[in-house]
Amino acid sequence: MRLWTLEHSRQLINVIGLGFCLVATAFVLFWLLWILSNLFYEGLRDFHFSVFLQMTPAPGEPGGLANALWGSLLLTTFAILVAIPIGVLAGTYLAEFANFSWFAAVTRFVNDVLLSAPSIVIGLFVYELYVKSVGHFSGWAGVIALAVIALPIILRTTDDILRLVPVNLREASAALGAPQWMTITHIVFRVAKRGIITGILLAIARISGETAPLLFTALNNQFFSSDLNQPIANLPNTIFKFAMSPYADWQRLAWQGSFLITLWVLYCNIVVRLFFKSSGVIR
Amino acid sequence: MDDTTLKIKVRRLNFWYGEYRSLHKIHLDFSEKKITAIIGPSGCGKSTLLRTFNRIYELHRNQRIEGEILLNDDNILDKNYDVGKLRAKVGMVFQKPTPFPMSIFNNVAFGVRLYENLSHALLSERVEWALRQAALWEEVKDQLSYNAEGLSGGQQQRLCIARAIAIRPEVLLLDEPCSALDPISTNRIEELLLALKKDYTIITVTHNMQQALRIADFTAYFFLGKLIEFDTTDVIFNNPKNEGTLRYVSGEFS
Repeated sequence: MRLWTLEHSRQLINVIGLGFCLVATAFVLFWLLWILSNLFYEGLRDFHFSVFLQMTPAPGEPGGLANALWGSLLLTTFAILVAIPIGVLAGTYLAEFANFSWFAAVTRFVNDVLLSAPSIVIGLFVYELYVKSVGHFSGWAGVIALAVIALPIILRTTDDILRLVPVNLREASAALGAPQWMTITHIVFRVAKRGIITGILLAIARISGETAPLLFTALNNQFFSSDLNQPIANLPNTIFKFAMSPYADWQRLAWQGSFLITLWVLYCNIVVRLFFKSSGVIR
Repeated sequence: MDDTTLKIKVRRLNFWYGEYRSLHKIHLDFSEKKITAIIGPSGCGKSTLLRTFNRIYELHRNQRIEGEILLNDDNILDKNYDVGKLRAKVGMVFQKPTPFPMSIFNNVAFGVRLYENLSHALLSERVEWALRQAALWEEVKDQLSYNAEGLSGGQQQRLCIARAIAIRPEVLLLDEPCSALDPISTNRIEELLLALKKDYTIITVTHNMQQALRIADFTAYFFLGKLIEFDTTDVIFNNPKNEGTLRYVSGEFS
Protein backbone atom coordinates (compact mmCIF):
# COMPACT_ATOMS: atom_id res chain seq x y z
CA MET A 1 0.00 0.00 0.00
CA ARG A 2 1.63 3.29 -1.09
CA LEU A 3 1.48 6.29 1.17
CA TRP A 4 -0.13 9.44 -0.13
CA THR A 5 2.85 11.80 -0.10
CA LEU A 6 3.31 15.48 -0.81
CA GLU A 7 4.76 14.46 -4.12
CA HIS A 8 1.49 12.77 -5.05
CA SER A 9 -0.48 15.89 -4.16
CA ARG A 10 1.75 18.00 -6.35
CA GLN A 11 1.40 15.62 -9.25
CA LEU A 12 -2.37 15.57 -8.85
CA ILE A 13 -2.57 19.37 -8.84
CA ASN A 14 -0.33 19.42 -11.91
CA VAL A 15 -2.57 17.01 -13.79
CA ILE A 16 -5.76 18.86 -12.82
CA GLY A 17 -4.28 22.23 -13.81
CA LEU A 18 -3.01 20.89 -17.10
CA GLY A 19 -6.39 19.28 -17.68
CA PHE A 20 -8.18 22.59 -17.23
CA CYS A 21 -5.78 24.31 -19.63
CA LEU A 22 -6.33 21.66 -22.26
CA VAL A 23 -10.12 21.79 -21.89
CA ALA A 24 -10.10 25.59 -22.16
CA THR A 25 -7.89 25.49 -25.25
CA ALA A 26 -10.03 22.82 -26.85
CA PHE A 27 -13.11 24.91 -26.12
CA VAL A 28 -11.67 27.97 -27.84
CA LEU A 29 -10.32 25.98 -30.77
CA PHE A 30 -13.67 24.25 -31.21
CA TRP A 31 -15.57 27.49 -31.75
CA LEU A 32 -12.82 28.97 -33.89
CA LEU A 33 -12.67 25.93 -36.13
CA TRP A 34 -16.46 25.73 -36.35
CA ILE A 35 -16.74 29.38 -37.38
CA LEU A 36 -13.89 29.09 -39.87
CA SER A 37 -15.10 25.86 -41.42
CA ASN A 38 -18.63 27.26 -41.71
CA LEU A 39 -17.28 30.42 -43.29
CA PHE A 40 -15.14 28.51 -45.77
CA TYR A 41 -17.96 26.13 -46.61
CA GLU A 42 -20.62 28.80 -47.17
CA GLY A 43 -18.19 31.18 -48.80
CA LEU A 44 -16.76 28.71 -51.29
CA ARG A 45 -20.12 27.13 -52.19
CA ASP A 46 -21.16 28.43 -55.59
CA PHE A 47 -18.19 30.76 -55.59
CA HIS A 48 -17.79 32.56 -58.91
CA PHE A 49 -15.17 34.97 -60.00
CA SER A 50 -18.06 37.22 -60.97
CA VAL A 51 -17.95 38.25 -57.32
CA PHE A 52 -14.98 40.40 -58.26
CA LEU A 53 -16.41 41.62 -61.52
CA GLN A 54 -20.08 42.42 -61.06
CA MET A 55 -21.90 45.11 -59.11
CA THR A 56 -24.06 44.48 -56.07
CA PRO A 57 -27.40 43.50 -57.54
CA ALA A 58 -31.05 43.99 -56.73
CA PRO A 59 -32.52 40.90 -55.09
CA GLY A 60 -33.14 38.12 -57.56
CA GLU A 61 -30.66 39.37 -60.10
CA PRO A 62 -27.14 38.05 -60.66
CA GLY A 63 -24.30 40.13 -59.37
CA GLY A 64 -21.14 40.37 -57.32
CA LEU A 65 -19.38 42.56 -54.83
CA ALA A 66 -17.13 44.57 -57.10
CA ASN A 67 -18.24 48.02 -56.00
CA ALA A 68 -18.11 47.05 -52.34
CA LEU A 69 -14.60 45.63 -52.73
CA TRP A 70 -13.43 48.68 -54.62
CA GLY A 71 -15.00 51.06 -52.10
CA SER A 72 -13.40 49.24 -49.20
CA LEU A 73 -10.06 49.32 -50.97
CA LEU A 74 -10.31 53.08 -51.47
CA LEU A 75 -11.41 53.75 -47.90
CA THR A 76 -8.73 51.55 -46.37
CA THR A 77 -5.97 52.95 -48.58
CA PHE A 78 -6.73 56.59 -47.87
CA ALA A 79 -7.28 55.99 -44.19
CA ILE A 80 -3.93 54.25 -43.85
CA LEU A 81 -2.20 56.99 -45.87
CA VAL A 82 -3.48 59.53 -43.35
CA ALA A 83 -2.70 57.43 -40.30
CA ILE A 84 0.86 56.38 -41.24
CA PRO A 85 2.66 59.76 -41.21
CA ILE A 86 0.88 60.96 -38.08
CA GLY A 87 1.31 57.67 -36.24
CA VAL A 88 4.95 57.10 -37.16
CA LEU A 89 6.04 60.68 -36.51
CA ALA A 90 4.15 60.89 -33.22
CA GLY A 91 5.52 57.52 -32.12
CA THR A 92 9.02 58.68 -33.04
CA TYR A 93 8.59 61.87 -31.06
CA LEU A 94 7.42 59.98 -27.99
CA ALA A 95 10.21 57.41 -28.11
CA GLU A 96 13.12 59.62 -29.15
CA PHE A 97 12.49 63.11 -27.83
CA ALA A 98 9.91 63.03 -25.10
CA ASN A 99 10.61 59.61 -23.64
CA PHE A 100 10.24 59.51 -19.83
CA SER A 101 8.53 62.92 -19.74
CA TRP A 102 5.10 63.47 -18.22
CA PHE A 103 3.92 64.56 -21.67
CA ALA A 104 4.82 61.16 -23.08
CA ALA A 105 3.07 59.38 -20.22
CA VAL A 106 -0.14 61.35 -20.78
CA THR A 107 0.00 60.90 -24.55
CA ARG A 108 0.54 57.17 -24.25
CA PHE A 109 -2.38 56.90 -21.87
CA VAL A 110 -4.70 58.86 -24.15
CA ASN A 111 -3.52 56.77 -27.08
CA ASP A 112 -4.32 53.56 -25.22
CA VAL A 113 -7.82 54.85 -24.47
CA LEU A 114 -8.34 55.69 -28.13
CA LEU A 115 -7.01 52.27 -29.06
CA SER A 116 -9.75 50.57 -27.08
CA ALA A 117 -12.53 53.00 -27.90
CA PRO A 118 -15.59 51.30 -29.43
CA SER A 119 -15.50 51.91 -33.14
CA ILE A 120 -19.13 52.92 -33.25
CA VAL A 121 -18.36 55.77 -30.88
CA ILE A 122 -15.63 56.93 -33.25
CA GLY A 123 -18.12 56.72 -36.13
CA LEU A 124 -20.63 58.81 -34.23
CA PHE A 125 -17.93 61.29 -33.31
CA VAL A 126 -16.98 61.80 -36.96
CA TYR A 127 -20.66 62.03 -37.80
CA GLU A 128 -21.20 64.86 -35.30
CA LEU A 129 -18.11 66.83 -36.18
CA TYR A 130 -17.76 66.28 -39.89
CA VAL A 131 -20.80 64.78 -41.57
CA LYS A 132 -23.18 67.23 -39.94
CA SER A 133 -21.10 70.28 -40.81
CA VAL A 134 -20.55 69.16 -44.39
CA GLY A 135 -24.20 68.23 -44.68
CA HIS A 136 -23.96 64.80 -46.26
CA PHE A 137 -22.45 61.36 -45.88
CA SER A 138 -19.28 60.79 -47.80
CA GLY A 139 -16.34 58.50 -48.35
CA TRP A 140 -14.05 61.12 -46.81
CA ALA A 141 -15.95 60.92 -43.56
CA GLY A 142 -15.39 57.17 -43.65
CA VAL A 143 -11.71 57.74 -44.33
CA ILE A 144 -11.45 59.99 -41.27
CA ALA A 145 -13.22 57.49 -39.05
CA LEU A 146 -10.99 54.61 -40.19
CA ALA A 147 -7.89 56.76 -39.82
CA VAL A 148 -8.82 57.54 -36.23
CA ILE A 149 -9.04 53.80 -35.58
CA ALA A 150 -5.76 52.99 -37.34
CA LEU A 151 -3.72 55.84 -35.84
CA PRO A 152 -3.37 54.60 -32.23
CA ILE A 153 -2.30 51.15 -33.45
CA ILE A 154 0.48 52.58 -35.59
CA LEU A 155 1.53 55.07 -32.91
CA ARG A 156 1.70 52.42 -30.22
CA THR A 157 3.65 49.92 -32.31
CA THR A 158 6.12 52.55 -33.52
CA ASP A 159 6.65 53.86 -30.00
CA ASP A 160 7.15 50.37 -28.57
CA ILE A 161 9.47 49.17 -31.29
CA LEU A 162 11.65 52.29 -31.17
CA ARG A 163 12.04 51.96 -27.42
CA LEU A 164 13.29 48.41 -27.96
CA VAL A 165 16.23 49.58 -30.05
CA PRO A 166 19.26 49.20 -27.77
CA VAL A 167 20.69 52.41 -26.41
CA ASN A 168 24.27 51.48 -27.23
CA LEU A 169 23.47 51.70 -30.93
CA ARG A 170 22.42 55.29 -30.42
CA GLU A 171 25.48 55.99 -28.30
CA ALA A 172 27.77 54.53 -30.97
CA SER A 173 26.22 56.83 -33.55
CA ALA A 174 26.41 59.87 -31.27
CA ALA A 175 30.01 59.04 -30.37
CA LEU A 176 30.92 59.43 -34.04
CA GLY A 177 29.38 62.89 -33.95
CA ALA A 178 26.05 62.23 -35.63
CA PRO A 179 23.28 64.69 -34.69
CA GLN A 180 20.19 63.16 -33.13
CA TRP A 181 18.00 63.36 -36.22
CA MET A 182 20.60 61.49 -38.24
CA THR A 183 20.95 58.81 -35.58
CA ILE A 184 17.18 58.36 -35.76
CA THR A 185 16.79 58.27 -39.52
CA HIS A 186 19.93 56.37 -40.48
CA ILE A 187 20.32 53.95 -37.61
CA VAL A 188 17.25 53.62 -35.40
CA PHE A 189 14.69 53.50 -38.21
CA ARG A 190 16.76 51.01 -40.11
CA VAL A 191 16.70 48.66 -37.15
CA ALA A 192 13.04 49.26 -36.34
CA LYS A 193 11.79 49.24 -39.93
CA ARG A 194 10.22 45.80 -39.82
CA GLY A 195 8.49 46.44 -36.53
CA ILE A 196 6.95 49.66 -37.79
CA ILE A 197 5.72 47.96 -40.95
CA THR A 198 4.22 45.25 -38.77
CA GLY A 199 2.21 47.91 -36.95
CA ILE A 200 0.99 49.28 -40.23
CA LEU A 201 -0.07 45.85 -41.48
CA LEU A 202 -1.92 45.18 -38.24
CA ALA A 203 -3.73 48.49 -38.59
CA ILE A 204 -4.72 47.59 -42.16
CA ALA A 205 -6.05 44.24 -41.03
CA ARG A 206 -8.05 45.95 -38.30
CA ILE A 207 -9.73 48.65 -40.35
CA SER A 208 -10.48 46.33 -43.29
CA GLY A 209 -13.27 44.73 -41.35
CA GLU A 210 -14.73 47.67 -39.44
CA THR A 211 -18.44 48.16 -40.00
CA ALA A 212 -19.71 50.49 -37.30
CA PRO A 213 -17.57 53.55 -38.06
CA LEU A 214 -18.74 53.43 -41.66
CA LEU A 215 -22.42 53.25 -40.73
CA PHE A 216 -22.73 56.95 -40.03
CA THR A 217 -20.01 58.22 -42.28
CA ALA A 218 -19.54 56.52 -45.60
CA LEU A 219 -22.92 54.82 -45.43
CA ASN A 220 -23.21 52.59 -48.47
CA ASN A 221 -23.86 52.72 -52.17
CA GLN A 222 -25.39 50.27 -54.61
CA PHE A 223 -23.36 51.52 -57.52
CA PHE A 224 -19.79 51.51 -58.54
CA SER A 225 -18.18 54.80 -57.60
CA SER A 226 -14.76 56.26 -56.98
CA ASP A 227 -16.15 59.52 -55.70
CA LEU A 228 -15.25 59.84 -52.03
CA ASN A 229 -17.38 62.96 -51.74
CA GLN A 230 -20.47 60.77 -51.83
CA PRO A 231 -21.50 57.72 -49.87
CA ILE A 232 -19.46 54.84 -51.15
CA ALA A 233 -20.00 51.09 -51.21
CA ASN A 234 -18.00 49.13 -48.70
CA LEU A 235 -17.76 45.47 -47.92
CA PRO A 236 -18.63 45.34 -44.20
CA ASN A 237 -21.84 47.34 -44.58
CA THR A 238 -22.81 45.45 -47.71
CA ILE A 239 -22.42 42.19 -45.81
CA PHE A 240 -24.53 43.66 -43.02
CA LYS A 241 -27.32 44.63 -45.38
CA PHE A 242 -27.27 41.40 -47.37
CA ALA A 243 -27.02 39.10 -44.36
CA MET A 244 -30.02 40.70 -42.67
CA SER A 245 -32.15 40.37 -45.77
CA PRO A 246 -34.55 37.51 -46.55
CA TYR A 247 -33.15 36.94 -50.04
CA ALA A 248 -31.10 33.79 -50.60
CA ASP A 249 -28.82 35.21 -53.28
CA TRP A 250 -28.06 38.26 -51.16
CA GLN A 251 -27.29 36.01 -48.24
CA ARG A 252 -24.95 33.96 -50.39
CA LEU A 253 -23.11 37.13 -51.42
CA ALA A 254 -22.88 38.07 -47.73
CA TRP A 255 -21.20 34.74 -47.00
CA GLN A 256 -18.80 35.22 -49.87
CA GLY A 257 -17.99 38.73 -48.69
CA SER A 258 -17.35 37.50 -45.16
CA PHE A 259 -15.13 34.78 -46.54
CA LEU A 260 -13.12 37.32 -48.54
CA ILE A 261 -12.63 39.64 -45.57
CA THR A 262 -11.52 36.74 -43.39
CA LEU A 263 -9.05 35.61 -46.04
CA TRP A 264 -7.66 39.13 -46.30
CA VAL A 265 -7.25 39.57 -42.53
CA LEU A 266 -5.69 36.09 -42.30
CA TYR A 267 -3.29 37.00 -45.09
CA CYS A 268 -2.27 40.25 -43.39
CA ASN A 269 -1.59 38.46 -40.12
CA ILE A 270 0.47 35.71 -41.76
CA VAL A 271 2.54 38.29 -43.62
CA VAL A 272 3.06 40.09 -40.32
CA ARG A 273 4.30 36.93 -38.62
CA LEU A 274 6.69 36.00 -41.41
CA PHE A 275 7.93 39.55 -41.82
CA PHE A 276 8.43 40.28 -38.16
CA LYS A 277 10.24 37.02 -37.61
CA SER A 278 13.26 38.27 -39.51
CA SER A 279 13.22 41.61 -37.74
CA GLY A 280 16.61 42.87 -36.72
CA VAL A 281 15.47 44.30 -33.40
CA ILE A 282 15.25 41.10 -31.39
CA ARG A 283 18.87 40.17 -30.92
CA MET B 1 57.16 61.89 -15.77
CA ASP B 2 59.10 63.01 -18.82
CA ASP B 3 58.09 66.00 -20.86
CA THR B 4 55.63 64.35 -23.26
CA THR B 5 52.70 66.57 -24.13
CA LEU B 6 49.65 66.31 -21.95
CA LYS B 7 46.69 65.69 -24.22
CA ILE B 8 43.87 65.67 -21.70
CA LYS B 9 43.96 67.33 -18.30
CA VAL B 10 41.19 66.66 -15.82
CA ARG B 11 40.77 69.25 -13.09
CA ARG B 12 38.46 69.13 -10.05
CA LEU B 13 36.01 66.86 -11.83
CA ASN B 14 32.82 65.87 -10.03
CA PHE B 15 30.01 63.78 -11.47
CA TRP B 16 26.55 62.92 -10.16
CA TYR B 17 23.94 60.39 -11.23
CA GLY B 18 20.94 62.08 -9.69
CA GLU B 19 21.85 62.44 -6.02
CA TYR B 20 24.65 59.91 -6.13
CA ARG B 21 28.12 61.37 -6.52
CA SER B 22 30.18 58.98 -8.59
CA LEU B 23 33.35 61.02 -9.18
CA HIS B 24 35.08 63.08 -6.48
CA LYS B 25 37.37 65.97 -7.42
CA ILE B 26 39.35 64.06 -10.01
CA HIS B 27 42.73 65.49 -10.99
CA LEU B 28 44.46 63.53 -13.72
CA ASP B 29 46.61 63.99 -16.84
CA PHE B 30 46.76 61.86 -19.95
CA SER B 31 49.90 61.89 -22.08
CA GLU B 32 49.77 62.20 -25.81
CA LYS B 33 50.29 59.08 -27.93
CA LYS B 34 50.50 56.80 -24.95
CA ILE B 35 48.14 54.15 -23.64
CA THR B 36 46.65 54.93 -20.24
CA ALA B 37 44.64 52.26 -18.48
CA ILE B 38 42.00 53.04 -15.87
CA ILE B 39 41.53 50.17 -13.45
CA GLY B 40 39.55 49.55 -10.30
CA PRO B 41 36.73 47.41 -8.88
CA SER B 42 33.16 47.58 -10.20
CA GLY B 43 31.38 50.81 -9.49
CA CYS B 44 34.52 52.85 -8.91
CA GLY B 45 33.70 55.35 -11.64
CA LYS B 46 36.05 54.24 -14.41
CA SER B 47 33.45 54.12 -17.17
CA THR B 48 31.85 57.29 -15.84
CA LEU B 49 35.15 59.11 -16.21
CA LEU B 50 35.72 57.76 -19.70
CA ARG B 51 32.30 58.87 -20.79
CA THR B 52 32.95 62.44 -19.77
CA PHE B 53 35.73 62.75 -22.33
CA ASN B 54 33.33 62.76 -25.24
CA ARG B 55 30.31 63.99 -23.29
CA ILE B 56 28.35 60.90 -24.20
CA TYR B 57 26.65 61.10 -20.81
CA GLU B 58 24.59 63.97 -22.27
CA LEU B 59 22.39 61.40 -23.99
CA HIS B 60 20.93 60.47 -20.61
CA ARG B 61 18.94 62.41 -18.07
CA ASN B 62 19.69 63.24 -14.45
CA GLN B 63 23.43 63.40 -14.85
CA ARG B 64 25.42 66.38 -13.68
CA ILE B 65 29.03 67.37 -14.04
CA GLU B 66 31.30 70.00 -12.51
CA GLY B 67 34.92 70.85 -13.12
CA GLU B 68 37.12 71.09 -16.18
CA ILE B 69 38.42 68.74 -18.79
CA LEU B 70 41.05 70.32 -21.00
CA LEU B 71 41.65 68.81 -24.41
CA ASN B 72 44.60 70.57 -26.03
CA ASP B 73 44.07 73.20 -23.33
CA ASP B 74 40.43 73.90 -24.26
CA ASN B 75 37.77 73.11 -21.70
CA ILE B 76 35.42 70.64 -23.40
CA LEU B 77 32.83 71.03 -20.68
CA ASP B 78 32.34 74.65 -21.60
CA LYS B 79 28.84 75.38 -22.92
CA ASN B 80 30.29 76.91 -26.04
CA TYR B 81 32.45 73.95 -26.95
CA ASP B 82 30.74 72.25 -29.86
CA VAL B 83 30.03 68.66 -28.96
CA GLY B 84 30.12 67.57 -32.61
CA LYS B 85 33.66 68.89 -32.97
CA LEU B 86 34.56 67.18 -29.73
CA ARG B 87 33.37 63.83 -30.98
CA ALA B 88 35.30 64.30 -34.21
CA LYS B 89 38.45 64.51 -32.11
CA VAL B 90 37.60 61.95 -29.46
CA GLY B 91 36.38 58.58 -30.67
CA MET B 92 34.87 55.84 -28.56
CA VAL B 93 34.61 52.06 -28.74
CA PHE B 94 32.13 50.40 -26.40
CA GLN B 95 32.18 47.21 -24.41
CA LYS B 96 29.65 45.43 -26.56
CA PRO B 97 30.40 45.60 -30.30
CA THR B 98 27.77 47.78 -31.97
CA PRO B 99 27.83 47.36 -35.73
CA PHE B 100 25.27 49.44 -37.54
CA PRO B 101 22.63 47.54 -39.54
CA MET B 102 24.31 48.19 -42.86
CA SER B 103 27.18 46.94 -44.98
CA ILE B 104 30.74 46.81 -43.66
CA PHE B 105 31.70 49.57 -46.06
CA ASN B 106 28.88 51.84 -44.93
CA ASN B 107 29.67 51.20 -41.30
CA VAL B 108 33.20 52.50 -41.69
CA ALA B 109 32.11 55.29 -44.04
CA PHE B 110 29.32 56.46 -41.72
CA GLY B 111 31.48 58.78 -39.62
CA VAL B 112 33.54 59.96 -42.58
CA ARG B 113 30.43 61.04 -44.45
CA LEU B 114 29.44 63.18 -41.49
CA TYR B 115 32.48 65.39 -41.75
CA GLU B 116 33.87 65.14 -45.24
CA ASN B 117 32.46 65.23 -48.73
CA LEU B 118 34.71 62.70 -50.38
CA SER B 119 34.45 61.24 -53.85
CA HIS B 120 33.70 57.54 -53.93
CA ALA B 121 37.31 56.77 -54.79
CA LEU B 122 38.69 58.75 -51.87
CA LEU B 123 36.06 57.33 -49.54
CA SER B 124 36.95 53.80 -50.56
CA GLU B 125 40.59 54.59 -49.90
CA ARG B 126 39.76 55.86 -46.45
CA VAL B 127 37.65 52.80 -45.66
CA GLU B 128 40.45 50.51 -46.77
CA TRP B 129 42.95 52.48 -44.72
CA ALA B 130 40.81 52.29 -41.59
CA LEU B 131 40.16 48.58 -42.02
CA ARG B 132 43.87 47.94 -42.51
CA GLN B 133 44.68 49.92 -39.38
CA ALA B 134 42.16 47.82 -37.49
CA ALA B 135 43.71 44.61 -38.85
CA LEU B 136 40.42 43.66 -40.48
CA TRP B 137 41.04 44.41 -44.15
CA GLU B 138 42.35 41.01 -45.20
CA GLU B 139 39.34 39.27 -43.71
CA VAL B 140 36.65 41.45 -45.20
CA LYS B 141 38.09 43.00 -48.35
CA ASP B 142 35.89 40.82 -50.57
CA GLN B 143 32.80 41.25 -48.43
CA LEU B 144 32.53 44.99 -48.02
CA SER B 145 28.94 45.02 -49.18
CA TYR B 146 27.88 42.31 -46.76
CA ASN B 147 25.91 43.20 -43.66
CA ALA B 148 28.22 43.93 -40.74
CA GLU B 149 25.99 41.99 -38.39
CA GLY B 150 27.21 38.76 -39.97
CA LEU B 151 30.72 39.20 -38.59
CA SER B 152 31.99 37.41 -35.51
CA GLY B 153 32.26 39.25 -32.18
CA GLY B 154 35.97 39.91 -32.50
CA GLN B 155 35.57 41.09 -36.08
CA GLN B 156 32.67 43.35 -35.10
CA GLN B 157 34.76 44.96 -32.41
CA ARG B 158 37.60 45.55 -34.85
CA LEU B 159 35.04 47.01 -37.21
CA CYS B 160 33.96 49.42 -34.47
CA ILE B 161 37.60 50.40 -34.01
CA ALA B 162 37.97 50.92 -37.77
CA ARG B 163 34.80 52.99 -37.74
CA ALA B 164 36.14 55.16 -34.93
CA ILE B 165 39.55 55.58 -36.56
CA ALA B 166 38.17 56.38 -40.00
CA ILE B 167 37.33 59.94 -38.95
CA ARG B 168 40.94 60.36 -37.76
CA PRO B 169 40.36 61.39 -34.17
CA GLU B 170 43.15 62.45 -31.87
CA VAL B 171 42.04 60.42 -28.89
CA LEU B 172 40.59 56.92 -28.74
CA LEU B 173 38.48 55.89 -25.75
CA LEU B 174 37.90 52.19 -25.19
CA ASP B 175 35.48 50.99 -22.54
CA GLU B 176 36.47 47.40 -21.68
CA PRO B 177 36.80 46.64 -25.39
CA CYS B 178 37.71 42.99 -24.95
CA SER B 179 35.46 41.90 -22.11
CA ALA B 180 32.87 40.44 -24.47
CA LEU B 181 35.46 38.65 -26.63
CA ASP B 182 37.34 35.38 -26.64
CA PRO B 183 41.07 35.30 -25.77
CA ILE B 184 42.30 35.13 -29.35
CA SER B 185 40.28 38.17 -30.41
CA THR B 186 41.43 39.91 -27.24
CA ASN B 187 45.02 39.27 -28.17
CA ARG B 188 44.55 40.67 -31.65
CA ILE B 189 42.95 43.81 -30.34
CA GLU B 190 45.67 44.34 -27.77
CA GLU B 191 48.28 44.07 -30.51
CA LEU B 192 46.23 46.51 -32.51
CA LEU B 193 46.18 49.06 -29.70
CA LEU B 194 49.94 48.81 -29.29
CA ALA B 195 50.34 49.56 -32.98
CA LEU B 196 47.84 52.41 -32.89
CA LYS B 197 49.45 54.25 -30.05
CA LYS B 198 52.02 55.85 -32.27
CA ASP B 199 49.23 57.88 -33.88
CA TYR B 200 46.54 58.17 -31.21
CA THR B 201 46.24 58.94 -27.53
CA ILE B 202 44.56 55.87 -26.12
CA ILE B 203 42.61 55.65 -22.88
CA THR B 204 41.16 52.32 -21.95
CA VAL B 205 39.05 51.16 -19.05
CA THR B 206 39.74 47.59 -18.15
CA HIS B 207 38.73 45.03 -15.57
CA ASN B 208 41.58 42.87 -16.63
CA MET B 209 44.75 43.77 -14.77
CA GLN B 210 46.93 41.58 -16.95
CA GLN B 211 45.70 43.56 -19.93
CA ALA B 212 46.81 46.80 -18.30
CA LEU B 213 50.16 45.23 -17.60
CA ARG B 214 50.49 44.06 -21.18
CA ILE B 215 49.65 47.23 -23.04
CA ALA B 216 49.41 50.34 -20.87
CA ASP B 217 52.19 52.89 -20.42
CA PHE B 218 50.37 54.55 -17.52
CA THR B 219 47.75 53.23 -15.16
CA ALA B 220 45.27 55.04 -12.93
CA TYR B 221 43.70 53.18 -10.03
CA PHE B 222 40.24 54.29 -8.95
CA PHE B 223 38.25 53.30 -5.90
CA LEU B 224 34.75 54.47 -4.98
CA GLY B 225 34.90 57.44 -7.32
CA LYS B 226 38.28 58.73 -6.20
CA LEU B 227 41.61 58.58 -7.95
CA ILE B 228 43.82 56.65 -5.55
CA GLU B 229 47.04 56.46 -7.50
CA PHE B 230 48.35 57.31 -10.95
CA ASP B 231 51.78 56.38 -12.28
CA THR B 232 53.58 54.33 -14.90
CA THR B 233 52.21 50.82 -15.15
CA ASP B 234 55.47 49.45 -13.85
CA VAL B 235 55.22 51.42 -10.62
CA ILE B 236 51.53 50.74 -10.06
CA PHE B 237 51.92 47.01 -10.34
CA ASN B 238 55.33 46.43 -8.87
CA ASN B 239 55.84 49.24 -6.43
CA PRO B 240 52.64 51.11 -5.65
CA LYS B 241 52.81 53.88 -3.11
CA ASN B 242 49.30 53.40 -1.81
CA GLU B 243 48.27 50.42 0.25
CA GLY B 244 44.83 50.21 -1.38
CA THR B 245 46.48 50.04 -4.77
CA LEU B 246 48.72 47.23 -3.58
CA ARG B 247 45.78 45.24 -2.28
CA TYR B 248 43.88 45.62 -5.54
CA VAL B 249 46.72 44.78 -7.90
CA SER B 250 47.68 41.77 -5.86
CA GLY B 251 44.20 40.46 -6.34
CA GLU B 252 42.87 40.73 -2.81
CA PHE B 253 39.62 42.00 -4.20
CA SER B 254 38.39 42.86 -7.65
